[in-house]
Amino acid sequence: MQTAGGVSACLPIHSDLDLVWVRQHVRQAAAQLGFGLVAQTKLVTAASELARNTLVHGGGGQMECAPVSRGGGQGLRLSFSDEGPGIPDLDQALRDGYTSGEGLGMGLGGARRLVHEFHVDSRQGRGTTVTVTSWVSGPPRPREEQ
Amino acid sequence: MPEQVAAGHQETPAQEVGDFLRRRREQIAQRWADAALFRTVFTVSREEAVEAGRAVVEALAAVAAAERVEEQEADGFSVVREQLARMAASRSRAGSTNSQISVEVDALRMPVVDLLIAELEGRPAEDVRDCTTALTVLMGTLRLVVLETLLSAGQELINRQHLQLLEVATPVIKLWEGIVAVPLIGTLDSARSQVVMETLLDSIVEQHARFAILDITGVPTVDSLVAQHLMKTVAAARLMGAECIVSGIRPAIAQTIVHLGIDLGTVKTQASLADALGYALRKQGAHIVPQDPHHAGSR
Amino acid sequence: MTGAFPSPYGGQLPVLRIGDVLLVTLQGDLHDGTAEQLQEDVSEAAADSRVKGVVIDLSGVEIVDSFLGRVLSDIAAKTRLLAAETVVAGMRPAVAITLVELGLTLPGLRTALSSDEAIRLLGEVSISPRHERTRQESP
Repeated sequence: MQTAGGVSACLPIHSDLDLVWVRQHVRQAAAQLGFGLVAQTKLVTAASELARNTLVHGGGGQMECAPVSRGGGQGLRLSFSDEGPGIPDLDQALRDGYTSGEGLGMGLGGARRLVHEFHVDSRQGRGTTVTVTSWVSGPPRPREEQ
Repeated sequence: MPEQVAAGHQETPAQEVGDFLRRRREQIAQRWADAALFRTVFTVSREEAVEAGRAVVEALAAVAAAERVEEQEADGFSVVREQLARMAASRSRAGSTNSQISVEVDALRMPVVDLLIAELEGRPAEDVRDCTTALTVLMGTLRLVVLETLLSAGQELINRQHLQLLEVATPVIKLWEGIVAVPLIGTLDSARSQVVMETLLDSIVEQHARFAILDITGVPTVDSLVAQHLMKTVAAARLMGAECIVSGIRPAIAQTIVHLGIDLGTVKTQASLADALGYALRKQGAHIVPQDPHHAGSR
Repeated sequence: MTGAFPSPYGGQLPVLRIGDVLLVTLQGDLHDGTAEQLQEDVSEAAADSRVKGVVIDLSGVEIVDSFLGRVLSDIAAKTRLLAAETVVAGMRPAVAITLVELGLTLPGLRTALSSDEAIRLLGEVSISPRHERTRQESP
């Protein structure tokens, strides 16, 4: 068990290059917390999608990364925030195929499928914060357990 | 540094305990090295046990100095949590129960309390009581920290064994050069389907397999989540450059799949594992020719 | 994890030509600019030399997000217009699982286990098209 030093961070998202740093950091943090390779890859990909949203739609912002624990389980929480125009129709934005920028329109809805918990807080004209959490050994209470 | 004792009057009892622990670090570590917890874990040399003891005393001193004697999450503990976890795990492996380990941790308290009381001799009874209480609370918190690491280690072990069980239940068989198969037997739940998917895809890389067969002859039921997992496995295999064939879909399961409205259209299916193997061999350019012409009619 | 540092080179990826096939090897974490540059370079090279196929080796890539996914699809679409075929080779299991989960199955892309096999695949098409066809027809 490592101390939280290498996991907690707040990274700026203002350029393409920052996306690389975001991915690297999430990869390292997830590895440090003991996420498996597939889980790491899912989380890094989700982070890449969300960071790109922050950059392209929110006009830049930041990512906060922090370890979380609940009921003996460890996880990683990523929070992407911008002060952009906000998302006018959240349901629509979460639907596959919807896009207002570049990409294949998988950004928000796709990222949601790659994490265990997903929360969007967006007000028009007041910016958007997307917070996602994934747990090292799956969600705290998987259905298989009696 | 005895003059600090005089200055200690302005300090809170917790801070005073912190000073005391720092000052007496060596002595306490020496005493602890003989206690069951340290002695049985660090068997190589006594110096090793003393060194470990020093680290724990140092951590306790930091927690006390920060006046957080009641908090398991105090920063000071984070430094030694890993070491404590290792020690607890070692005792646990040696056959000690959690409560036995807890008693061993508790046994560390008396030598320190004795030292503290001896040092506070001559001070007002109130001071002695406050400091002793602070130290007792601190040692109680240490005990909780150790127990906590034990419990989370236990949970980790359960999770790991659960995973191992899943892997054992998912053998990948190399049927032919470039053809792997996973014969699935028993109920597929979401966690197991996930493991099947990862195991099969890994074996595609390891075996350099262009064909992967998922045989579900031995699977009694399939729900929509599992059907989706199967389809995802097929799609992922394709992205990697392999073809994934699902064989042995029993009529009842086929019925369920239709009922659930799942379209297996993109998935290559074969009636049996043998058919799937035959299909893969043909696609690889191999031909199966019966040796004896009299048997040419049978497949 | 490969490489202690990210590859913040906005630079170019080499596009190798082997016979009538273009080979591009991607490595590590790709900068968006590099991916876009690659798209241009490949279509340029494919137009110049009338190549039969393009092989994109992803075996060294740890993550493919929707952006890079789009770049791959676009390269395939563009080279198809130039009568060449694109094969994506050596995608890692974790990357493939994630892409599928993301909803990107890249249906238009051909795939192969490794770049060797991708080159062979492209060769088969050009050398013995009839042979290939009969194989596909067999039940």
